[in-house]
Amino acid sequence: MVEKLDQIFVLLSHWLVGFLPAGLQQAAGIVIGVVVIVCLYPALFALAVLMERKGLGRMQNRYGPNRVGPYGILQPIADGIKSLTKEDIVPLSADSAVHFLAPIVVVVASFMGFAVLPMGRNMVLVDMDAGLLFYFAMGASTELAVFMAGWSSRNKYSLLGAMRAVAQMISYEVPLLLSSVAVVMITGSLSLTKIVSAQNAYTGIFPHWYIFTPWGFAGFLMYAISTTAETNRSPFDLPEGESEIVAGYHTEYSGFKFALFFLGEYVAMFSISGLGTTLFLGGWSAPFSFLTWIPSWIWFFSKLMLSICVFIWLRGTLPRLRQDQLMNFAWKFVLPLSLINLLVAALWRFLGEGWQRWVFCSAILLIAYVFMGLQEARSDHFGPRSYRYAE
Amino acid sequence: MLGEGILKGLAETARNFVGSYVSKERLTTVEYPEQRIAPIEATRDFPFLVYDGKDWDAGLRCVACQICEKECPPKCIFIEKSKDKKPDAVGKQQFYPARFDIDISVCMSCQICVEVCPFDAIKMNTEFELSTTDRFGGLLLDRQQLAKSNEYYHEIHPTEASGVDARLAAERAAAEAKAKAAAEAAAAKAAAAAASSAAKPAGGEA
Repeated sequence: MVEKLDQIFVLLSHWLVGFLPAGLQQAAGIVIGVVVIVCLYPALFALAVLMERKGLGRMQNRYGPNRVGPYGILQPIADGIKSLTKEDIVPLSADSAVHFLAPIVVVVASFMGFAVLPMGRNMVLVDMDAGLLFYFAMGASTELAVFMAGWSSRNKYSLLGAMRAVAQMISYEVPLLLSSVAVVMITGSLSLTKIVSAQNAYTGIFPHWYIFTPWGFAGFLMYAISTTAETNRSPFDLPEGESEIVAGYHTEYSGFKFALFFLGEYVAMFSISGLGTTLFLGGWSAPFSFLTWIPSWIWFFSKLMLSICVFIWLRGTLPRLRQDQLMNFAWKFVLPLSLINLLVAALWRFLGEGWQRWVFCSAILLIAYVFMGLQEARSDHFGPRSYRYAE
Repeated sequence: MLGEGILKGLAETARNFVGSYVSKERLTTVEYPEQRIAPIEATRDFPFLVYDGKDWDAGLRCVACQICEKECPPKCIFIEKSKDKKPDAVGKQQFYPARFDIDISVCMSCQICVEVCPFDAIKMNTEFELSTTDRFGGLLLDRQQLAKSNEYYHEIHPTEASGVDARLAAERAAAEAKAKAAAEAAAAKAAAAAASSAAKPAGGEA
């Protein structure tokens, strides 16, 4: 029974596919998977938007949306209808083809990542050997879409936003990759299913998740920082910076195209949280050995939504960074620390089992963190900015 | 240490999040259409015309002197003075506004009309739910729409209205006293004249 419930979606898909002739079965299975993913994540998007608006409201001691339906739960539907019925304006001077394509590319590129994410035991659309590589290749193409949007709008705010976005995304792509490389080094595989199954083991009741190792914890922190920047979330939401550049690269988008950008941003958040879950939080494995009877997909999606909650919490807490702070933080703090983390991961691999590697690895990372933190705090780029020619 | 501030901030927002569910004092939002805060006494938005008594048409204090129309900076008041006179609330023959329109889409709520009115006929209202589907006709208020009773004025600006009433009463009393004095003087004069005319023949006799 437990086994059945765990595999319910796989069995359902097999049962549906069984009605078709043998030659079509494989293709039909993939189509079903794609349809499920394409329907499921927009639904989660609606839920996440509601959670975000309610949660942020509560953090600021407001009610949040509470007019549409009981406790405002129908707000996402109202938002959807609103954006569908709004006028879709394309600026006269815009490059209309690129302007039209950009939101589509954002959404498509964001969805592509889900192809390789294992969302439960045996629940992966394409079990690719180089899944992680594929994921990052797809994730990087959202940058192209953002720049397409900013450039084709022919608007100074759009272009500034796009420039910021590209600079930021490329800068944070490096520590993002490097922090994931540590996982690949330990697991010895780029396949995401292998990475999950490597973590799906228990010592006593505790799981072998990578976040519970020194290098994994540091790697997870670096990964979390980089993902926040990658998805343009607060405090790294400079590309959108409402107070400075209107809305950044989607200033010139209205109606449903704007909604697509919004959707793309959230879908990217889901997929990158899903990847973080897979890499560091044990993917679909249960947090305690006695909880393994709960279906694997429940664990995956709870971890995913928990990450989204953390994103929202961070957004409610932190003010926006300045561009120079953002860049300094990426290149002078996150990048060196993830390089050190690579070294530590290698040490962890070769020090063998035993308490020594725990002590050594933790000590190296802690010293590096404290030392670099002090260095950062001392350097002048965290203080108020001084202007050489103004004043 | 680096990151300490972030943790403190996260704790603060978490405290706010939980606190907003626990304590009602944190949620200061007034959910407007259902809940309302009473406006403060000095609230003002657009002018209205005060009338005394029950009948708005008969009781309008306005005598169509047109000072407010001339003083209005954005020129949102339009007055047409009557040709005839009719008795006002105290029974005195006065001109009256045959038309009195205020375009509240033009009005800037400066209250200058109120300050210049020598008859305390125009005052500021507090009614703010004035949205309408017709942005031209719907926002051009005529005489009848502008007329509000003195009781209403007392309701929205109690202190100010009592002051106005006291002043008006004093003015009326003074006017009455003056009229009475004048009448007495006239009567005395008449009496004196009568007396002297009565005395003349007597004097002639003397």
